[in-house]
Order: sequence, then C-alpha cells, then structure tokens
Amino acid sequence: MSELVTRTAAELRDLLAAGEVSAREVAQAHLDRIRATDGRVKAFLKVLDEQALAHAGDVDRRRAAGEPLGPLAGVPLALKDILATKGIETTCASRILETYRPPYDATVVKRLRQADVVVLGKTNMDEFAMGSSTENSAFSKTYNPWDLARVPGGSSGGSSAAVAAFDAPLGIGTDTGGSIRQPAAFCGIVGVKPTYGLVSRFGLIAFASSLDQVGPFARSVTDAALLLDAIAGHDPADSTSIPEAKPDFLAGIDKGVQGLRVGVVREFMAEGMEPGVRARVDEAVARLEKLGATVVDVSLPHASYGVAAYYLIAPSEASSNLSRYDGVRYGLRVPGETAEEMMANTRAAGFGPEVKRRIMIGTYALSAGYYDAYYAQAQRVRTLIIRDFAEAYAQCDVLVGPTTPSTAFTVGEKVDDPLAMYLNDVYTIPSNLAGAPALSLPIGLDEHHLPVGLQVMAPVLGEPAMFRVARALEADLAFDPTPRGANALETPGGAAA
Amino acid sequence: MALSTDDVRHVARLARLALSDEEVEALRSQLSDILAYAEQVGEAAGGDVPPTSHAYPLANVFRADEPHESLSPEEAISTAPEAEDGRFRVPKIVGGEA
Repeated sequence: MSELVTRTAAELRDLLAAGEVSAREVAQAHLDRIRATDGRVKAFLKVLDEQALAHAGDVDRRRAAGEPLGPLAGVPLALKDILATKGIETTCASRILETYRPPYDATVVKRLRQADVVVLGKTNMDEFAMGSSTENSAFSKTYNPWDLARVPGGSSGGSSAAVAAFDAPLGIGTDTGGSIRQPAAFCGIVGVKPTYGLVSRFGLIAFASSLDQVGPFARSVTDAALLLDAIAGHDPADSTSIPEAKPDFLAGIDKGVQGLRVGVVREFMAEGMEPGVRARVDEAVARLEKLGATVVDVSLPHASYGVAAYYLIAPSEASSNLSRYDGVRYGLRVPGETAEEMMANTRAAGFGPEVKRRIMIGTYALSAGYYDAYYAQAQRVRTLIIRDFAEAYAQCDVLVGPTTPSTAFTVGEKVDDPLAMYLNDVYTIPSNLAGAPALSLPIGLDEHHLPVGLQVMAPVLGEPAMFRVARALEADLAFDPTPRGANALETPGGAAA
Repeated sequence: MALSTDDVRHVARLARLALSDEEVEALRSQLSDILAYAEQVGEAAGGDVPPTSHAYPLANVFRADEPHESLSPEEAISTAPEAEDGRFRVPKIVGGEA
C-alpha cells in the first residue's frame, strides 16, 4: 500500500505542486486503498474510478502545460451522496432516489471542481441524512475503522469512515443536528459545521432547510480549513447564502491561544457523559489553559431543550421538503389507480422507517390545532438558545465541551430506540439552532481505544477563532489518526497496530 | 401525548404515506413517546419570546431579472418516471376522490 494515502491534503498539494508525484498516482493510491478495505468499511455507495483518474490525468496535463490550477489540484475527496452530481447517481441512500441522476451539479460540487479536487466517489449516509449511525441507509451499513463492529456515526458516516480509513484525505458531509461533528468524533477525525449560509445549499438535497449546512472532514485542522475555504462563499442560487465576504480561515490559524478566552459549557459537563469522554475533555481544557488560554465557566441554560426543539423543527421542515418525492418528476414511481394512490404507494415503498417516522412527526406537529403547541414553541426555544449563546460570548471567544456523550456504539445497539438515538445529538444541536459554527477535534482515546471528540463552538462567522483554538490543541496533543485496537482496520502499509 | 391509531392514519393520509397495520401500530407508540419528550418545549418558553425561523435572517433576496442559462425542457423531464409529449405523465387526478 502506497504511503501516499497517509499524507494530509496540504502535504499532497505541495508534493503535487513540486512535481514529486502526479495526480494520477495520488488518485490511484487512494483507489487501491478503497479497493483493499471498503469491502469491510463500506464507506462508499459508488466509487468513481474512471472519472477520478480522468480528472487527475487532466490536472497533470494542465500542470505540465503551465495552465492555471485550483488551490487543491489533484487532492482526492470523498463526497456524501446527498450532493447533486450531474449525470452521476445521487441517491441520498434512499430507494426513492436509487436511480436518480441529476441534470445539474450542486454549487459545492462545482466549487470542488474549480479547486481541482478529485472526487473519488459518493459515500454512504443515513437515508436523507436522518440518523446518527448510518444504519438508516437503504443500501448498506458502514463500519467504523477503529472497531469494525461499531458504527461510524451519522448521518455523514460514509465520508467520515472514508477519511478515517485513509481512503481520502478530505471528505464532504452535511450537518443538520450534528451529522458532521458526531461521525468525526466517532472516527477520530476533524469535522466542521460552518456558519449557516456560509456554504451554498444549492444542489444539496434538502432535509431541514433552516439547519442544513455542508462542511469538511479531514485528518488535520488546517486541511479542514483549506477545504472550507474552497467551498465557502456567496452563491446567488441560494437565497439563504450570506452575501458578505467569507472570513479568512487560514491567516491566523497558527497563532496559538494566548489571549483567547475559552468558555467551558457547564451544562455539557454536568451529566450523561461517559467517564472516558469526560476524562479526555477535562485534559483538553487543562491543556488549553496551559497553552495560555483563559478558561471561563459559562452557562447555556436552555441548551437542554435543544433536542426537543430540534425534533420538532427538523421533522416539520422535512415533512414539507420531502413532499416533492411524489413519483411525478423524478425517482421511484409505484403505480396506483389515482394520482393520490400512486403518490402514497410510491412514498410507502421508497422511504425507510426513520424517514417515514420523521415525516409523520413533522406532519403532525404542523397539522391544524397542534402548530402553536409544537412548531411555534420550538421556534421560541430557538430564540432562547440564540440568546444563551449571545450571553456566553459576552464572556469568551469560543466555547468547548464534548461533541458526543459517548464514543462509537455498536452496530444495532440503538436502532430500535429512536429517542435514545436522538439524544446522541444533545451537544451538537444547539449550534445548528443558532446557525453558528462548530468543529469536532479528536483529542484522545477512551478505555476501549475509541476516539473522543472535543467540540469547539464559535459565534456566527467566528470560524477563524474556532480553527485557531483547534489547531493549537491539535499541535499540542499530536493525536495519531491511525485506527488501532483489536478490531480496527489494518493501517495503511502494514498490519493492524 | 398518546396518539390513537386513527390519529396516525389521519396524519399518514395528510403525508401521502400508505402504511401497513404493523407500521401504524409501531408509529403510534413511537410518535407518542417522541411527542411526549418534545412537549417540554411548552414549559421552556413563554408567549412573550418571539419565534425564530432562521438564525441568519435575510429578507427580500432578489436576483436581477435577466435571462440566463437553465435546464432545457428535455433535461428537466429526463428524470421523470413517465413522460409524454414533453410533459410529466400522471394517473388521473380529476374525477378521483378529491
């Protein structure tokens, strides 16, 4: 196995620019790694061998000819199958879109191409991004490279497992209630949910439109910032896209935490966390203080209502968004005598149990007589959580806490208990409700050799401080992202450590 | 909030989901649990708190009214399960149960 797969995106970019390796060699090394390991990890729904090698060959040709290239020219990436790719199946891991080939590219996909990122394939996910384990995919489960009997998290579990397995240095996920940060934490990599509106949602298959946001996975903080820089920025095709210029994510990233105030969220540290998670988070906070940050205790008193508010708002928006799958314009159609019967039959056959459950919750919450008690109340709670954050940020620059209450759980463990699965998102949901950025950084392992994630949260458009704190801690902790342990995937280039 | 099977069937009809009896029963119990948990939003915020629909509100987002490239009719219809004469084809709507 080529050692090229162990490189970060920044290293590959530099090797490629220096002509020490070709983009085709880089793509081939990663495709070989996928071939060798994906039978067990099952991160990919579709590997795009031909397209990837052709694009890489084109990058090499243009480099040789001295033509201009994108900032990440020749760097491979794993793309969540929720983003529209022209002429290439985009399934959202759902039967209802199994054969759907969009006639257009998502803006994020266009920007990746402008950056000359080489897309290796489309990755598995919970159907329509609804889930926290990738077990809700209609096509396959995905397995955690750190322990193949465990889930990679979700909903972006395919992309996070691919990056953790060294199939690709970069991945794209989406985060509506934690779907980038939670799988990043479970897989020992970096995952970022950017400020709402920073990355275009055009061509992102909608789940909950006021919460959905595209973001990067990587094995280093700097790589995540580089990828975010490539995809962020105003898009006229998305009316919720922030019109102001995007922040500079990289300029101050190595400046350290001296002089920064880091708030520790009291409620996140109170209860419900596994001891192994708590120990690593406590150590990370102590390291930040040692590195020169001022650590302050802050409160988000309404955060505990976040899960309840989220599981009304997100299903309500989903029930509306998913009404488009009616068997008329694209996707599956199951016949019926009347149009209504055809629609009901199509949706019954095309959606899996979790998607049906959320459509039902949302339809109920929005139905006559219940709207005020559920949806309107949930939106009031959203206001209270935004106010909580504003008060907290009067005292500090960033907030930290655990990303998840536990490390990766075993396949099948929570699949029959929807509410227990939902409570996995307790620490990640508040940032979605507030539209604010948050990142998960791997900070060590628990007693089962499973990665623990620290969540670094920042105010709207506060990504530079968020990256700076994460980068300082990353440099200090020197976490090794190579999966290891009794049931881990073999390391690239040798047997399991 | 305890739902009845009739409640579940009513919501399923609104959502255009054909459900089996087993699904109706499973959803009755799961939705009752989930909604009972979600009801705590009622105690969290008083009526004086304004609701937030978007965390980063942008109002009146318009584009210039200029012709630009878009999908051709052929491309737009290329993904249809059934099409005829450049149109989406569906079972009868008029005359069926409204």
